[in-house]
Amino acid sequence: MAQAAAVAKPPAPPRRRRASATPRRLPYLLIAPAALLMLGFIAYPVLSVFYYSLQEYNPTKPWRNGFAGFDNFTHIFTEDPLFWDTLVFSAKWVVVEVGLQLMFGLALALIVNQTFVGRALGRALVFSPWAVSGVLTSAIWVLLYNSQTGITRYLADMGIGDYGVSWLSDTSTVFPAAVVADLWRGVPFFAILILADLQSVSKDLYEAAEVDGASRFKQFLHITLPHLKDAIILSTLLRAVWEFNNVDLLYTLTGGGPAGATTTLPLYIANTSVESHDFGYASALTTVAFVILLFCSMVYLRLSKFGGEK
Amino acid sequence: MITKEATVAAPAPVAVAPEPPRPAKGHRAWDEAPRWQIYLPLGVYLVFTLIPFYWILLFALRPAGSTSLVPWPMTSVHFEKVWTDRSFGTFFYNSVLVGVATLIMTTLVALAGGYALARFDFRIKRAFMLALLCSQFVPGALLLVPLFEIFAELQMINSLGSVIIAETVFQLPLSMILISNFIKNVPYSLEEAAWVDGCNRFRAFRVVVLPLLRPGLIAVGSFAFVHSWNHFLFALMFLNNQEKQTIPVGLNTLMSADSVDLGALAAGGIIAAVPVVIVFAFIQKWLITGFSAGAVKG
Repeated sequence: MAQAAAVAKPPAPPRRRRASATPRRLPYLLIAPAALLMLGFIAYPVLSVFYYSLQEYNPTKPWRNGFAGFDNFTHIFTEDPLFWDTLVFSAKWVVVEVGLQLMFGLALALIVNQTFVGRALGRALVFSPWAVSGVLTSAIWVLLYNSQTGITRYLADMGIGDYGVSWLSDTSTVFPAAVVADLWRGVPFFAILILADLQSVSKDLYEAAEVDGASRFKQFLHITLPHLKDAIILSTLLRAVWEFNNVDLLYTLTGGGPAGATTTLPLYIANTSVESHDFGYASALTTVAFVILLFCSMVYLRLSKFGGEK
Repeated sequence: MITKEATVAAPAPVAVAPEPPRPAKGHRAWDEAPRWQIYLPLGVYLVFTLIPFYWILLFALRPAGSTSLVPWPMTSVHFEKVWTDRSFGTFFYNSVLVGVATLIMTTLVALAGGYALARFDFRIKRAFMLALLCSQFVPGALLLVPLFEIFAELQMINSLGSVIIAETVFQLPLSMILISNFIKNVPYSLEEAAWVDGCNRFRAFRVVVLPLLRPGLIAVGSFAFVHSWNHFLFALMFLNNQEKQTIPVGLNTLMSADSVDLGALAAGGIIAAVPVVIVFAFIQKWLITGFSAGAVKG
């Protein structure tokens, strides 16, 4: 009320024009808080990572600190087998996770988009792991995979497999074991986004297709899938970046082990900076990871023709 | 299924005469798959989803050393131990503080910025949008070291403020893009009409636009809460003092102990899960509509 009165005070200019005239500074004022936060806590750290990548910088060995030129980068590409190993593992992890999550997520979304008895409950239950953290997921699957009282024990009781097997400490089983744990919480992400997008498919299209005698599979192929295309491209890209960057799950579930079998590039970087305090080298690795990520994203968006046909 | 079809078909003509007979086949089309095609895969997937939840409940409720597959006799020993001996009470309080503060900050800042992006054309708009998109590729985990140095400079290490700021900053870009899309969906003419009626811009926004944004804001806000409740690395790095740590850090401590106390771990996990599961159950409905309204589409 008071505000309205205050605005009405200067009597001269006609109300309508004054109200709709855009105060020139308003948009800048509105984005200022977001812009300042992002400048201070994203842009500045990113720039300092670039800066450190050209430095020898290790707080525990201050006598060696100084400008290093491209030494860190040449070391990465020529003398660091761990970089290549972890990069390859990261790629494998991202492709497998995103591929499987998309497949199951799409199927799940299509199923819970149908009308059936118990749909609301079904949706809530099926989506619930989405809200569970990486660390909690680890905790749960540590309980499940544990060699004494984990699921293997009960499987062994039923005659499947051996007693005392720990899937997380065997290099041959740790990858699928970690993949399944991450799938458990990753599939709902895709299912939710795809289900949201399914809400906007026009029912008329299906009815028309039905009249033309198209099978349900054909309807899926020619109506649903094209409609979902942009949502799928965007969610796979976001998820791929996220799966690449996120270290919560592997850090707590396997710690990158056994014997480095599940060390991703970001995990390797975290270890380099946190454990060996080699900030300069870690920054160079971060720069390389960032460039790779950006390059892959561009290529992906280009190849998938995101936003085309519009 | 056959019986069901028959029962549905039979009473229809009797019920309401003037209604044109529904073209049974046409309406069954896409929405109505055969029942088993729904329940079978859904059931299988539910088993996969629920066994891990059951497993953690089982370990939290049965006495240590038991191998029974039902949590009976039930015990609360693990919860008591975790809540007091392992300081989960303190962690819980800290996590709530971080989560709520992140929610409020993210929503307010993103609302202001989102409104500017949706309603104004200004010179740096394109550059700003590009920056928002690019920030999605910046791995927070890889900025730990420079962020740590910034917070050390600001004397904020071991203060929850550091985690709140860091979580907010990394939530902002996506929240802002989503909110600006929600606002774009509200016709500008509604606001203009309110101006004509004598509202100033802020009041018009509050009275006309804000109520329509409710589902979207619930989606964005709960996203921010759940995310910061769950996130682990910032708290691990910036909070060394045990009094200040959050639940995920506490869980990690339990897991990385030399001999893991499975009962305590399970009880800690349940404590970590309860708030987000409640939030999730509450907002689930809005999440779908919220995301479908904010879907990134011109």
